[in-house]
Amino acid sequence: MSDDAELRARVKALESLLVERGLIGADTVDDIVEVYESEIGPLLGAKVVAKAWVDPDFKERLLSDATAACAELGIGGLQGEHLVAVENTDTVHNVVVCTLCSCYPWPVLGIPPNWYKSPEYRARMVAEPRQVLAQDFALPLGEDVEIRVQDSSAEIRYFTVPQRPAGTEGWDEERLASVVTRESMVGVAVL
Amino acid sequence: MTELPADVPRSNGELLFEFPWESRAFGLAVALADSGALEWDDFRAELVKAIGERDPETPYRYYEYWLIALERALVSVGVLDTSALSASVRSLMDHPEH
Repeated sequence: MSDDAELRARVKALESLLVERGLIGADTVDDIVEVYESEIGPLLGAKVVAKAWVDPDFKERLLSDATAACAELGIGGLQGEHLVAVENTDTVHNVVVCTLCSCYPWPVLGIPPNWYKSPEYRARMVAEPRQVLAQDFALPLGEDVEIRVQDSSAEIRYFTVPQRPAGTEGWDEERLASVVTRESMVGVAVL
Repeated sequence: MTELPADVPRSNGELLFEFPWESRAFGLAVALADSGALEWDDFRAELVKAIGERDPETPYRYYEYWLIALERALVSVGVLDTSALSASVRSLMDHPEH
């Protein structure tokens, strides 16, 4: 394992060489980090989910081609070419993982959190999803609920459309979006 | 099997990057994919490999594998060569104020 001084130097060396060779601009990395830290995140996914809850036609388009449906809302970009939305219902619960690395639907959820990238989550969610959901995420699901573990890849980046919570009848999209969490769109929580 | 990390979050509000160099490494890969200098799939294949090669006894440091993958991907497509890279790292380590 390398220490942080070395890792810092390696990243800096890489960036300097790439800037020197004109492959990136001097501010490119700053700009990208800023966008991902402040603009791209679960709030975008929440907008998509809220729209799907109130607009059945949009929901149908979302479930058949999520990349195109998200593009209708101006949401897309890197790692968004192959978005797939899966719907949670009373009888089916989808949960998202990437067993090989950390593929994640960036345009709708932003940068993955640490636990999503951890080797424990990647291995255990596939092997024993019911136990992991119950024990690690405090989400015990009934035996009558089928759990589908959706393994993301370079080709497919899943996110879940959680069930609309009871008591939100008549809410507008903006208010609905405010209750949609990142965890619910990965499928490790319900609303 | 081992437990999940203790920081399994229940809300939306935790830190995305632990150290500043992690966000730089993240941004570099995204910048190069955006500009077309790097194929994302090539990078991802290196990332899968770097994660697969890790020593399970050492702490899991995701962005370290990310950096290894980025270096290897750039070297393999010929954008950078290893000697220029290591010379630059050595010089930065010797003169960290640069």
